[in-house]
Amino acid sequence: MNIFVCVSHVPDTTTKVQVGGSGKEIDPSGVTYILNPYDEYAVEAGLQLKEARGGDVTLVCVGPEAVKETIRKGLAMGADKGIHVVTDAPRDSFGTARAITDALKDRAADAVFVGRQSIDYDGWQMCGLLGEMLGIPSISVVTKLDIAEDGTISAERDIEGGSETVTTKLPAVISAQKGLNDPRYPKLQGIMAAKRKPIEDVAPAPYENRVEVIEMTKPAIKEAGRIVGEGPAAVKDLVRLLHEEAKVI
Amino acid sequence: MTILVLAEQRDGKVKKASYEAIKAASAVATQLNATVTAVLFGADEAAAKSLGGYGAAKTVFVADERLHFYANSAYVKSVAQIMEKEAADVVMLPATSLGKDLAPRLAVRIDGALAPDVTSIAVEDGAIVAQRPVYAGKSVIKVKINSAKQVFSLRPNVFSAGEASGTEAVVENFAPALDDADFVTKATGTTIASGKIDVAEANVIVSGGRGLQGPEHWPLIQGLADTLGAATGASRAVVDAGWRPHAEQVGQTGKTVSPNLYVACGISGAIQHLAGMSSSKCIVAINKDKDAPIFQVADYGIVGDVFEVVPALTEELKSFFGK
Ligand SMILES: Cc1cc2nc3c(=O)[nH]c(=O)nc-3n(C[C@H](O)[C@H](O)[C@H](O)COP(=O)(O)OP(=O)(O)OC[C@H]3O[C@@H](n4cnc5c(N)ncnc54)[C@H](O)[C@@H]3O)c2cc1C
Ligand SMILES: Nc1ncnc2c1ncn2[C@@H]1O[C@H](COP(=O)(O)O)[C@@H](O)[C@H]1O
Repeated sequence: MNIFVCVSHVPDTTTKVQVGGSGKEIDPSGVTYILNPYDEYAVEAGLQLKEARGGDVTLVCVGPEAVKETIRKGLAMGADKGIHVVTDAPRDSFGTARAITDALKDRAADAVFVGRQSIDYDGWQMCGLLGEMLGIPSISVVTKLDIAEDGTISAERDIEGGSETVTTKLPAVISAQKGLNDPRYPKLQGIMAAKRKPIEDVAPAPYENRVEVIEMTKPAIKEAGRIVGEGPAAVKDLVRLLHEEAKVI
Repeated sequence: MTILVLAEQRDGKVKKASYEAIKAASAVATQLNATVTAVLFGADEAAAKSLGGYGAAKTVFVADERLHFYANSAYVKSVAQIMEKEAADVVMLPATSLGKDLAPRLAVRIDGALAPDVTSIAVEDGAIVAQRPVYAGKSVIKVKINSAKQVFSLRPNVFSAGEASGTEAVVENFAPALDDADFVTKATGTTIASGKIDVAEANVIVSGGRGLQGPEHWPLIQGLADTLGAATGASRAVVDAGWRPHAEQVGQTGKTVSPNLYVACGISGAIQHLAGMSSSKCIVAINKDKDAPIFQVADYGIVGDVFEVVPALTEELKSFFGK
């Protein structure tokens, strides 16, 4: 089976981010990058599918040279190879999906896994974008997945207050939600092996962003609130303030 | 010009997030000299009419039973047909689990683009601009879509729906042209925990963190939540420890919430937690550490032990509500 997993290279949420000189994106200096946490579930899902059905797992990542580091992390988990769509200019999600679609065009993908969201721009878009561009079904935010021999998929996805059972057929795009599986940790052996696994560089077609970032700013700093008091003695004042001042009760 | 708003219903009841989206779309429409047409799959004509109360001049009502359960391919095709029929270039929809799934497919189908999960939307120099926090709330971007066809999904609970005006929308029935192939992907059923409000949709949330020390103390949180008619939320520490289900996790890797009132009990206020709740309208924090970062975003704080403060607060609220 031809299994693809899209991985993204994102700042670790605990690192400081500053708006860069362009005023439209962050300043990458001093930022620690990680494999997007949801993509660990996506990689694990790909590896499990390979273990059940055979075939190989190819990681795909769109971005500058530095994303190779993230592809290696997925290879260390056990993926077989990588495709790096090399772009320096920042792309919107539509452009990223376009680049991935072009890269997958002649590779007869049976299954494409992505994460629920990438934790930089929190787009939650890639699953649907890819599904539509590749012309295949998509199921997003999946917590349970069953793929039968004949390619019939039965999945559970998170919805408000519960879950929804969705069925479809391979080839399909699936976005992984926490709970889908327990991602394996790369072992030392895997990390060493990853260094020798092939990563193919691909040049994307030129693309003009459809979504234009006009500006990026720091959020308005909220004034630190008021300490109403200490201990249970303060609850009377709190209830009064919630009623009279905040008007929320 | 027409702005289409996809309204969402469950079990025949229109979701509040749909009213919010219609109201927000009308504000934009007024500035662009446009009108708002709502689209409703399922429910009934009365529900379709009621959308007029929030600013929809017309509702395109789709009664096709095959669309009773969500099928993304069939929904995308139907909405694309309605856009063409209504000559609408702009679609807005709530960023619910359905909206987040549908919006990207729709954007590609109509050869447009999507600005997802926006928290503000306005008109500048004749163009629609939207804003949204990124990087765990550490920065905010303002975006504009440069293609003619535009899709915006709106974060629930952020835009105000206000009161319904009493105006009714003109209802037009529409039967989308669909074939079996459009239903390769379909939802075949849902499992909903009964009687529980989902944190993502709640107006009031009481959340607990590691300060609760163990699942056996959760009744404290539940008691306060019941008194307030609130949903319960949890920090990731609590979810990872297995005290609470992941569905209750608030934060960057959980749910994004923006209730009127968010009460954080024994939660330190890590950046990833704040990413999910800092757009709440009023935040109350109860923590024994006066330097806990949660106090930086809280409107009101009580420094103290949750085991003393939470029961006292519950009692005080009970007498306030006359319970
Ligand atoms: C990639 C990534 C994603 C993450 N996503 C999320 C997410 O979505 N949501 C999330 O919540 N976290 C998330 N986290 C985890 C986050 O960094 C914190 O670890 C977590 O939020 C801490 O939970 P907590 O506040 O309950 O626990 P702690 O940080 O341990 O805080 C407990 C607090 O309780 C107080 N306390 C203790 N005892 C008492 C008492 N008796 N009375 C009153 N107060 C008391 C303490 O003073 C302390 O402030 C993520 C982390 C990473 C790396
Ligand atoms: N630059 C990228 N390269 C490859 N995959 C990506 C990229 N950005 C996002 N993805 C994938 O799309 C998922 C959802 O991302 P998003 O829609 O941006 O929130 C991620 O979890 C990744 O699997």
